[in-house]
Amino acid sequence: MTVFIVRRLMQSVVILLVMSVIVFLGVFAIGNPVDILISPDADQMERERAIRALGLDLPLWEQYFVFLRNAAVGDLGRSFVFNEPALRLIFERMPATLELAFTAVVLSLVVGIPLGLYAGLKPQTATSKGIMAGSIVGFSLPSFWQGLMFIMVFAVMLGWLPSTGRGQVGSFLGIKSSLFTRDGLAHVILPAINLALGNAALIIRLTRAGVRETLLQDYVKFARAKGLTHRRVVGVHVLKNILIPLVTVVGLEIGGLIAFAVVTESIFAWPGMGKLIIDSINQLDRPVMVAYLMMIVFLFIVINLVVDVLYSVIDPRVRLQDVKG
Amino acid sequence: MSQPTLAVRDLKTHFFTRGGVVKAVDGVSFQIGKGRILGLVGESGSGKSITGFSILGLVDPPGRVVEGEILLKGENLVGQPDERLRAVRGNRIAMIFQDPMMTLNPVLRIDTQMIEAVQAHHDVGADVARARARDALGRVGIPSPEERLNAYPHQFSGGMRQRVAIAIALLNNPEVIIADEPTTALDVTIQGQILYEVQKLCRETGTSLIWITHDLSVVAGLADDICVMYAGKIVESGPIDDVLDRSLHPYTKGLLGSVPSRNKRGSPLAQIPGMTPSLLSLPSGCPFADRCPRVQDDCRAALPPMVEYRPGQAARCIHPHVEGRA
Amino acid sequence: MSEPTVIVPAKAETPFRRLVSEFADDKLAVGGAVVLSIILLVALFAPLISPQNPYDLSKLDILDSRMPPGSKSMDGITFWLGTDGQGRDMLSGIFYGLRTSLAVGVFSGICAMMLGMAMGLIAAYVGGRTETLIMRLVDLQLSFPTILIALILLAVLGQGVGKIILALIIVQWSYYARIIRGTALVERRREYVEAAICLGLSKPRIIFSHVLPNCMPPMIVIGTVQVAGAIALEATLSFLGIGLPITEPSLGLLIANGFEYLLSGKYWISFFPGIALLVTIISINLVGDQLRDILNPRLQR
Repeated sequence: MTVFIVRRLMQSVVILLVMSVIVFLGVFAIGNPVDILISPDADQMERERAIRALGLDLPLWEQYFVFLRNAAVGDLGRSFVFNEPALRLIFERMPATLELAFTAVVLSLVVGIPLGLYAGLKPQTATSKGIMAGSIVGFSLPSFWQGLMFIMVFAVMLGWLPSTGRGQVGSFLGIKSSLFTRDGLAHVILPAINLALGNAALIIRLTRAGVRETLLQDYVKFARAKGLTHRRVVGVHVLKNILIPLVTVVGLEIGGLIAFAVVTESIFAWPGMGKLIIDSINQLDRPVMVAYLMMIVFLFIVINLVVDVLYSVIDPRVRLQDVKG
Repeated sequence: MSQPTLAVRDLKTHFFTRGGVVKAVDGVSFQIGKGRILGLVGESGSGKSITGFSILGLVDPPGRVVEGEILLKGENLVGQPDERLRAVRGNRIAMIFQDPMMTLNPVLRIDTQMIEAVQAHHDVGADVARARARDALGRVGIPSPEERLNAYPHQFSGGMRQRVAIAIALLNNPEVIIADEPTTALDVTIQGQILYEVQKLCRETGTSLIWITHDLSVVAGLADDICVMYAGKIVESGPIDDVLDRSLHPYTKGLLGSVPSRNKRGSPLAQIPGMTPSLLSLPSGCPFADRCPRVQDDCRAALPPMVEYRPGQAARCIHPHVEGRA
Repeated sequence: MSEPTVIVPAKAETPFRRLVSEFADDKLAVGGAVVLSIILLVALFAPLISPQNPYDLSKLDILDSRMPPGSKSMDGITFWLGTDGQGRDMLSGIFYGLRTSLAVGVFSGICAMMLGMAMGLIAAYVGGRTETLIMRLVDLQLSFPTILIALILLAVLGQGVGKIILALIIVQWSYYARIIRGTALVERRREYVEAAICLGLSKPRIIFSHVLPNCMPPMIVIGTVQVAGAIALEATLSFLGIGLPITEPSLGLLIANGFEYLLSGKYWISFFPGIALLVTIISINLVGDQLRDILNPRLQR
């Protein structure tokens, strides 16, 4: 296990390096940073001085190493717009995004797994067909439009829930989150459902497909031939097997949710990283873009690692391979 | 005569598919006494496995048992509520499957899979169930059973997994074990060991055994009686020696002829011409007519009935291999 | 299990007809196919059937702006779905928007399929370092959500029709590449391919006439899902203001335009284009879903 994790961490460093090259080239090299960093009113002298000061006269690879050296000590540049370290900006916004994504994951699991199980076990019933039709709608709903409709119905027409912002943030066990206050909860409901819906649909479909395939397996028939109750066959033999693909997908989906929070955050004015990156793109605030992308890559690597470890805990076959490897 | 442990009477299991009704098992009857071994032989698609699943009530939609009786010590299982069947499955009738690599749940430990099988039928604690599981593993010849209980299926070889499956089948001392080609997927040497052990265990415990196979040579040394299935029907049945040495049905003869043997070395292996007929559109007469070397016009007129040509030996053929006839 | 439940005879029907008949089994899927056909026709003939050319500014009257569904304009046109902030007929706007959305989605899908197919085949047949390189790239890309990659690309490239199509292609190609490589690797080990090699058929001939046709079923399934995804992604990006420019409004931009009026209860500007988008995506997904069910050999009924 330890060997496995160490090896994976080394791979992660490589991925981070590769991404840093891509991001660096993408953000700094393709566009011309001079145009953004230096006032257009500046004269030739000032321009050249600024270019030297910023190291933009160096060859590209040297610029990259400067970037990398700074990145290693946590300096990803200062935001042009906020005039604050970009990384600090990201860290300030991250809890809001994580809170939103976490709530959405929990919601989608709580809704998705039971419905998917039912649809997989009784595929012919009207309820199952309804669930599947619903999941197709949920899957197909463009999340931005769905968010608008939520605001229209629940905030504008019915006036039940607030439409924007994060609300009051409470503190519990040293963790600050809007989940701990009434007002915060009211604010988080709509965005979280909005973010969760597509994911719940995915989990329903995945669970159902898993159940249907697992039911055809010999070991399920053998379990039934042993005289086990239906409850035990489904609850232990089937569920434990579908958990394996589910963990993988849910793990990857957490990353997806963090990324897709961009849309939900923009609509509900949720003060997270996603809204920050959209604003930064629109304002060409490159250091923040870079910081966000590197942060997201890092988050993804961490999530993937956690998923892999979890995977090997659930699936005994994987564990053996690790010992050998 | 004492009551048979298991008697199947005119069993019909049909599959209702898009293409029509597939009569996978169509009027199968046989019975098996205490401690006896019955070989159920046929090509793939002849309905022999479905017969096994029908007995356990494990036929999945679109298939279902449409007619007939399955009498376990006189009690009819057909039409019983599922809870009643569940209490029978794995307890009074157990089953062993063909592919040992697929029958054990890959993500559950062996002890979990064995203990649950005991506890499904007996109200005992986990420690009692575990002890029973350990004994069962010991009986099927698995070394250091206590340690192996904690292993996962993938840590066993194919032969060992099949032993585990057999141990699970033995756990509740069933009256009948249905073995669905349990040695087909194994090496020949392992095959022999398992055959020997299953036979021994059944003799010791008085368990009746239904051995489903396509391989006549397997049942030859194992079974007391044999039923040969073709296209969902039994075409010949009787004591093993009679059926093998003096086959009545041309299909049985054909099957025997296509088994390679030393005596016939050098001569081309006999084969049955043609293919198994579609179960969707069986001819009205004898289903074997199109492939039969002895076919005559009246064969195609109507389905031949089972006729007892010799004591205990019957065949579904109107022109059988009987002395003094054709 | 010792044998598949039953041997169903091979009826004398072509694979295509069997596909159609199995497809017709699911009423929902047939409904999806019908709706999708109508949508495609509408998109194709948008200029002919739209009551108004929504982008001819001379035809627009600011006095007609933000009119609710069913109202009549000064010169007698009925705005069945209302008008937007510039007095544009929403129905016409949606027809044209559909045209743009579908064109972008389908075109990028086809390009991505070609690119992915080429890369997948190269990976499968060249092997070695080329394969490692391609597949690492694919894995890397697949481990990031599409929207993130699109976001990065558009941030770097800037806006425009060409750029968004490029971004959509880059986002999608890896799915095709992976599936093609996987299928090709399986297919090339099949006996019939070995037989073809023994017959001395050339490599391209084997790839095109033996391997590729067998890659088609998964490709069709992936393709439908991907086109739906591409349309949704394009709409999302346009909504966020980093997709298609205002001059070529897709459904996403129409919805975004209605955002500001939504809070004052003028729902129709966002609502109707959203419905059009939703119906389009659902019908594609319904068709794709059924195709997957009937083309998946593991669930063969």
